Formats: sequence, C-alpha cells, structure tokens
Amino acid sequence: MTEPLIFELSRPGREGIQLPDNDVPAKAVNELLPADMLRQQELQLPETSELDTVRHFTRLSRMNYGVDVGFYPLGSCTMKYNPKICEDAANLPGFTRLHPYQPEETVQGALELMYQTQNYLAEITGMDAMSLQPAAGAHGELTGLLIIKAYLKSKGEKRNKVIVPDSAHGTNPATATLAGFDVVTVKSDLRGNVDVEALREEVDGNTAALMLTNPNTLGLFEENIVQIAEIVHDAGGLLYYDGANMNAIMGITSPGDMGFDVVHLNLHKTFSTPHGGGGPGSGPVGVKAELEPFLPKPLVIRDKEFYKLYYDLPLSIGKMRSFYASFGVVVKAYTYLISQGVVGLKSVSEHAVLNANYLMRRLAGHLNIPFDRTCMHEFVCNPRGLKENGVRTLDLAKRMLDYGYHPPTIYFPLIVEEVMMMEPTETENKETLDEFADNVVKILQEAVEDPEKVKAAPHDTPVGRLDEVTAARNPVLRYSKK
Amino acid sequence: MSNIPEGLKYSKEHEWIRLEGNKATIGITDYAQDSLGDIVFVELPNIDDEFESDDVLGVVESVKAASDIYIPLSGKIVEINEELVDSPETINEDPYEKGWIVAIELSDTSQLADLLSKEDYEAFLEENA
Amino acid sequence: MKFIPHTSEEQRQMMNELEIKKLEELFQELPDEIKINKDINIPGPLSELEVARQLKKIAEKNKTVDQLTSFLGAGAYDHYIPSAVQHILSRSEFYTAYTPYQPEVSQGVLQSIFEFQSMICELTGMDVANASMYDGASATAEAALMASAATRRTKVLISKAVHPEYRQVLLTYAGGPELQVEEIDYNQGCTEIEKLKQSMDKDVAAVIIQQPNFFGSLEDLKAFADVVHEHKALMVTCADPVSLALITSPGSCGADIVVGEGQGLGIPMAYGGPHLGYMACTKKLMRRMPGRIVGETVDNKGQRGFVLTLQAREQHIRREKATSNICSNQALCALAATVHLSLMGPKGLRQVAEQCLQKAHYTYEQIINLLGYQPVWSVPFFKEFVVKVPQSPAEINNRLLEKGIIGGLDLGRYYPELEDHMLFCVTETRTREEIDRLVALLGGDVK
Repeated sequence: MTEPLIFELSRPGREGIQLPDNDVPAKAVNELLPADMLRQQELQLPETSELDTVRHFTRLSRMNYGVDVGFYPLGSCTMKYNPKICEDAANLPGFTRLHPYQPEETVQGALELMYQTQNYLAEITGMDAMSLQPAAGAHGELTGLLIIKAYLKSKGEKRNKVIVPDSAHGTNPATATLAGFDVVTVKSDLRGNVDVEALREEVDGNTAALMLTNPNTLGLFEENIVQIAEIVHDAGGLLYYDGANMNAIMGITSPGDMGFDVVHLNLHKTFSTPHGGGGPGSGPVGVKAELEPFLPKPLVIRDKEFYKLYYDLPLSIGKMRSFYASFGVVVKAYTYLISQGVVGLKSVSEHAVLNANYLMRRLAGHLNIPFDRTCMHEFVCNPRGLKENGVRTLDLAKRMLDYGYHPPTIYFPLIVEEVMMMEPTETENKETLDEFADNVVKILQEAVEDPEKVKAAPHDTPVGRLDEVTAARNPVLRYSKK
Repeated sequence: MSNIPEGLKYSKEHEWIRLEGNKATIGITDYAQDSLGDIVFVELPNIDDEFESDDVLGVVESVKAASDIYIPLSGKIVEINEELVDSPETINEDPYEKGWIVAIELSDTSQLADLLSKEDYEAFLEENA
Repeated sequence: MKFIPHTSEEQRQMMNELEIKKLEELFQELPDEIKINKDINIPGPLSELEVARQLKKIAEKNKTVDQLTSFLGAGAYDHYIPSAVQHILSRSEFYTAYTPYQPEVSQGVLQSIFEFQSMICELTGMDVANASMYDGASATAEAALMASAATRRTKVLISKAVHPEYRQVLLTYAGGPELQVEEIDYNQGCTEIEKLKQSMDKDVAAVIIQQPNFFGSLEDLKAFADVVHEHKALMVTCADPVSLALITSPGSCGADIVVGEGQGLGIPMAYGGPHLGYMACTKKLMRRMPGRIVGETVDNKGQRGFVLTLQAREQHIRREKATSNICSNQALCALAATVHLSLMGPKGLRQVAEQCLQKAHYTYEQIINLLGYQPVWSVPFFKEFVVKVPQSPAEINNRLLEKGIIGGLDLGRYYPELEDHMLFCVTETRTREEIDRLVALLGGDVK
C-alpha cells in the first residue's frame, strides 16, 4: 500500500482555498516592484481540492505509528501517553493567537504561565534558575555548554576539555564540539557505571565539564555519582546533566541534589508533550545560582503582580533562538505539571521504574540482560544464540512490527553488542507488558524455528524493508515532474 | 578471512599502499570495506592538496557508519579516483584495484619503514579480532 | 495520577514478581545523601476539569490578535491558516509518533517531509532541502556554521538589515567555534553593497542577507551574490517563503544556502513558538547540511517508499565529527506547512503575497500623507515598511492600544539611529476598514 505524492494528485486549475477579494485599491504589481525582482516561472506547488488534500494526509497518517496506536517501548525516548487536555490547552486562541512582540500588559497570562513553568522545572530539578528558550534537547545541551564556556571565561579560565561517557547519546559529543571544546571519552565499568578510576585519570585542570545522564543510557543509576561530582568539582570542572532520563527520578532525587551545575530537560519526554513525528520539542535549561547571570535572554520575572520579560543580563550568552520559547510546547508541559503535582510526578517515576523492572524480569529468561541490577525506567538486553541462524537484533525489531508494536531502540548505546533498549513508561498497564513479553518470546522462538520469516520481516506493514543503500548512494530528495 | 594481497604495504588504520618509485597509491583494505558494509559515499581531497602522515585525507560512508581515511604517509595528492564519486560501491567490489582512492607523491620516504608488511598486517588483524 | 493505569491488585502482583514490598525498594541503589528531603513546590494534582478551568483562566488574561487589531510583523506574521491544517495536525498517528527511525511504520511522516522538502526547494529555487530546523534564527546560525565548515574559513558577514534577534543568535552560536562575525551596514533601507565589498577578504566563509530584509525592503540579491562568489565565499539568504510566491527565488539569484522562518505557512504565532526553520542548499553542499533529510527509495517488493538518508552526517553516527548537534526537527510544523501549501496551491499563495503587497502599499501611502509622518526610504518593499513618526512610538502605540490596535514595532529599541521610526506590517488578514481606522487614529482623527 503506497500513497501518491501530493504533487501527483495535482490537476491544473483545481483550488483548495478561496480567499476574500482584495478590498483596497490595487495597483499593477510591476508599479510596486521592479520587474527584475518578480518571479519569472510559475510555482510548481500542487493544485488540489480541500478534500483531495484532507484525504491524502489522512491516508498518510494511517501509514504512521504513534503512541495512540500502540505500545512504543522506544528506549531513551520516553514514549508515554500524551494527555489530550494538554493539546486542548495549547490550542486555546488565548495562547495561539498572540504575537511575540505584543505589549506585556496584553500577554500577562502567557508570561505568568512561563514564569510558573520556570519555577516548577527549577523545583523538580533542584536548580536555582531556568530558561525555557531552547527548542529541543540538543539545543538545550548547546545552551548549557555555552553557559559553562561563558562562566569559565568570566573567571579567566581556559579549560577546553569536555568528558563524556562511552555510553553517551551522540548529541553530547557533537554538542561539545560545536561549543568549541575537545571531547574525551571515558569508559564504563563492568557494572555499567562510569569507570571512576578512568575518570580520575582523565579529569585535570583543563577539564571544563563532564556531561552525564543519570540514570545513564544503559538504564542504570550511576551509583558513584557523589564521588564523580567530587572528582570533577575538586578539579574546578562543572557537571552537566542531560535530562533525557529524568522520567526515572522525579521527586526521588534531582540533578541539583546529585551535584549537577547545569541541566537540560526534554519536555517532549518527561513532561509528556508529544514528539510530533520528530518535533517540535522543548529543552529548558536550569542552572545553579552562580551560573544564572549567563542564561540566555530574556527571562520571565515577576515584579509585584506584573510579569515581565527581563533583558538586563550583561553576562548572558545571548540568544539561542528568536523570541522566548517553544511556547505552545511549554503550555502542554505546564498543563501536565499541574495535573500531576509533585505527588503525581513522584508516582510517575516510581511506576516507570516498576514497569521497566517488571518487563525486564518477564524477559530475563529469554534475552540476555548484560547488567544484573535493578534497572531504572529502561533497560538494555540482547538476544543470545541467534547468530548461527543469522538473525540479528534488527530482524527481531522488524518482526515486532508485524505484531503491532513499535520496536525498542536498537544498536544504542554503542557499547553493548546487538543491543535493544526498552522503556515501557508508566502509562502502560500490566496486560500490555505481559502480552508484549509473550510476543517477544514467540518471536525468539520463530527466530530459531523459522529464521527466514523473521529475517524477511516485516510482512504486514504498508511497505516492506526499504533499500537504504540506494537512497544514500543516489539521493532523491525532492519531487521532480516526470 | 579477509583478502590481503602480496606486494602491498599496510597501515594499522586499514589502508593499503602500493609503491611505485616516489608515488604511492592508497586504498582501504578488504577488512575495512567489509566492516563498513555497503559504501554509499567517498569524500576525496583535491589534486595538489598536501598532507602530513596521519592527517585525515577523506571519509568513506556507509548507511550507518562513517570512517575517516588517514593518510599513512606525508605527500602531495597527484591523482584521485573520480570514479568513486558516482560508484562508491567499487570499493566494496574491488578494494585493491578499481577501488583505489588516491595517489600521492611522497615527501618523506623515511616513513616507509613504519608501514606493515602483509604478514605484519595479518598478525595485527588477528590480534585485534 | 490518572495517567498511571495500575490497579492496586496489579501493582501488588508486579511487586511480588520483583520480590519487593514497597516501591522505594526499586531505588535502593541511590545513595541516601542525594535523596530529596524537602518539599517541592508544584501545585496539584488537579482533576481534568480543574485543569481546563485554570488554563482557560490564564488564557483569558491575554488579549489576542482577534480581540485587538495587529500591525506587528518583524518575524512573526498573522497569515490566514485554513481550517483543514489543524484538523490534519490533530491526527494523533502523526503527533504522537517519534522520529521516523522505523520507516516501515513511519511512511506518513516520511512522505510528508519529502513533500515538504520538495515544496521548499520549489519556493527557494534550490536543489535540496532538509526536514526542517528549530526556527529561522537558529537556521541562519546553522547556515553560517555550515558555510564555515564547507569553505574552511572563519569569518561571517551579516547585514545589519537582518532581523536583530537572528543576528544575536548568530553571535551566540559563533561563540562556540569562535567564528568572527562582522556586520555590514545598511543605507536607504537596504544592505550597502560598497560596505560589503570593503569587508570581503579571503577569510570570509559566508555573507548573510535577508530577503525581504528586517525593514521589509527587497534586496538586490544578484548583485550581492556576484561580490560574494568573486571571493569564493558562500551566499546565504534568509527568506520569507510567502514573499517567494511573488519575487525571484534566492536560488535564481545565486544563493548557495537559503534558510528562513516558515511560520507564515500555516503555523500559529503562539507567542513566538514553536515555529519552523527551513534550510535548502545547492547539490554541491548537500552532504554538509545539518539535520534530518528524507530520501526516496524502494522496498523489497519494489514499491516506492521513503527513508531518513545521508545519516552519516549526523550526530548519532558521526558523534563529535557531526555537521551539527541537531537531532529533533520541527516535523509537525513542517507537516502544517505542507498541508497549508497544498491547500493554497500556486494561485492561493500568490494571492496571499499580492494582497500583502497591495495592502502594505495602501497603508504606507495613507500614513505618509498624514501630518508629521514621513517616508524614510524609497526602496521596493513587500508587506512591511518603515515610517518616521511625529511622537515617540511608545506614546503612539499606547494611544492605539487604548483603541484596540497593536501598532508597529518601535525600531529605536534595535537601531538607536532609528529612534522615532516604526515598522508596520500589513498582511492579507487586515481589512481596509481596519487599515483606515489605524490611519485615522494615527492622524489624530480619533473616533
């Protein structure tokens, strides 16, 4: 089942919208603009009716899989249910129909909501101040590292080393490079923690920061976090917290309590704003008091009962984007925060961890669990004894599609061979987990009994396995009229 | 077991080197192309670019990996294999002949002593298996 | 709490399976000294009804551009959004999906992005486009980094007539790799080409010009591109896609990279975000482009399908050597733009652009005929224009606000030399009646 491109549905002269007539006296366009600045060729946009358009995109939506369709245990992505009330809130005209440069007295509600969200996120992370500006997680990372760079510079220090664990997400080293630092990798130990001795070797007077996710990307809590923080701080470095895995610890511990100096959150993970097929996200950054003057401009402040945009930050790194925040995403997160309250958030983390441990226990006899520990909100595992059948993790993942699941994250983190990373989240019930575990066991059996079937999977999706090699060798990146 | 022809020199970064007087032709080994998988793109330097040994000369990309090509010897680029621009898969198909990447004019022949022989490279692969 | 489905019986069974008595036992590996031992101040939990009430109450503290009549532009535009756009975005198969890493169940998002890329190429006149960026400002900064990497040069020139916030974002980004950023002054409302010529040297990686520029004026891109290319630097244009239905594409003027803000294509202003950055470039620079890119291919049965491609550029593979650290894009906003452009078609988008042009010029003519209001420059403009005003813009705007109008932008805030100058924006959504009322109020003919 495939769908034509919208361009292929186009028929000359067909229209999808009627606009009101121009109601001001018109002049000829070439009186208003010089001839050499006018577009010469007609735009090749599709000409389709409203119904053609609606059907086309509705059909495309049916070729797509979201959390509302089924179980989505995609590790490190926190694919929890996105409450509908959050969507309704963000779509209120009182929020969507605001121009960012409107006078402050006409946007007091928007500013209040941002102010409160800054505070709530600071509370839950144990930070002193928060900026809502970054547009996504990686954008938050860059903001955070530029803050660290500006802070060190203000102290007259030239430190250019950023340390990341070998289990880190690719954005960490990429961000550190973009921020102008040299990246050094530190290895993990046999329990899946940062190797403290290796870290001690690496940390020195040139160390600007250690970037860490805790729980880490193996789904394990860095047990030596206090010691790690001490090692880095004693050498004059800072600790950066990648909030990708915040869903495991809310109300139980916080980056602030663990000793982190700078934090980014992913509102599209922990705070339940939908992922939108790859965005928009939102990646607020929090800091300890000493780093507050370096946050991007503006912050939202309260002056008596009046909310304001505050620009008077002479040491600020500047701006990371236009305007103030992915405001619509912030509205959803705010709605989620007050729906949960602190009691609810703690329960979210407890149940996220409960679900992950339960699923891990259900699968433990069937898949290899490389780290025999209590996991946090996610865990890693890999198949055993399938190599002789030529069945790889990729094949198992593709076969899960036939069973109606979105597969877990595969081949990440890089340090575990043929890895699968499963994150069930707190919003899934026990039946879903039991059924998933049973089906994984079934797929593992198939891999032994009928490996060809698994290797040829998926069989029941709109398209089969796609040829990524041809796509990359001879890139076709846009429609061209045949 | 990967193919390691006689008569070539090798590097620990999995390049092969064919010496003809002051000219060295460089490519990646069968082991390297096999580890990368289907190669989809090769980034080549320009003729006359000069490199020190161990500089990054270019990049080979597969769908899910990218690998820098380190130049094992200092020198100036005198030829590039332009066929790889349109047919990067040549490296997978014929890494030691049609899949050559660049040829350089050597600037420091004393570096030749650092290269591995066929036997050294075999041993190196085994050690790191 | 209601989003956690466990019954107490199920929770007990699960805990039995794990041989624990309390949920706290799951957190035994955490050192005691880092556990939270103080109150966290977040209100709630609230029921859905209470939440709905509270959000409505907060929203009502705002005055929307439906309640007020707005003449603000400056990077966020009140263009009409057809009803069908939001209906498609509300399909939760789209909005509750993650990045399309499993293409077999993600053809919806992948194909819509491919269509988006095609439309952006068409509008900008470029060979390839990516799946989107955070916003116009960050896309501009990323273009500068991309140009620096492609040319192996470290200086970036940006016109002072580029949006002030975009310039700030560029400066902030440039602090990472420590690129040198220089501004090129404007004259008569457009970037001064003589100043550009003086600043060009062999270190310049990119020259960034906005089209139409921050003042709404149209720049002579071709002339700039010639100077830029003479010095083997790259020409970066930051363009308003709505204007491109009417004016020559940056691609046909010689741009190497085109970026911009796509909010005007079906995305609400929403107090500044989420909006939609886009980026397009020449085929030659394709592998230098940051962000996700979707390509066409075939499946194992020979059917057409779409995948994320050229991924070896990206952070999850290249890590510290990636072209950028960008991971998320604005997929749902790109979908909005794709649906919007499909509904508009070539004719609709051109009508929108022409009405912006006509209405802005009508407004301009009326205002400059008022006593004390003066034209400043005589350059062609699109939907925004600058006038010199007889009082402080703050006073004028306060007076207008009392009558339910949001006036133009006070330019003195960004350009000290333009004190007492205002930037007005008139899109197709303003009616003649609204414009005439603005003019009457500005002229002191208060009703």
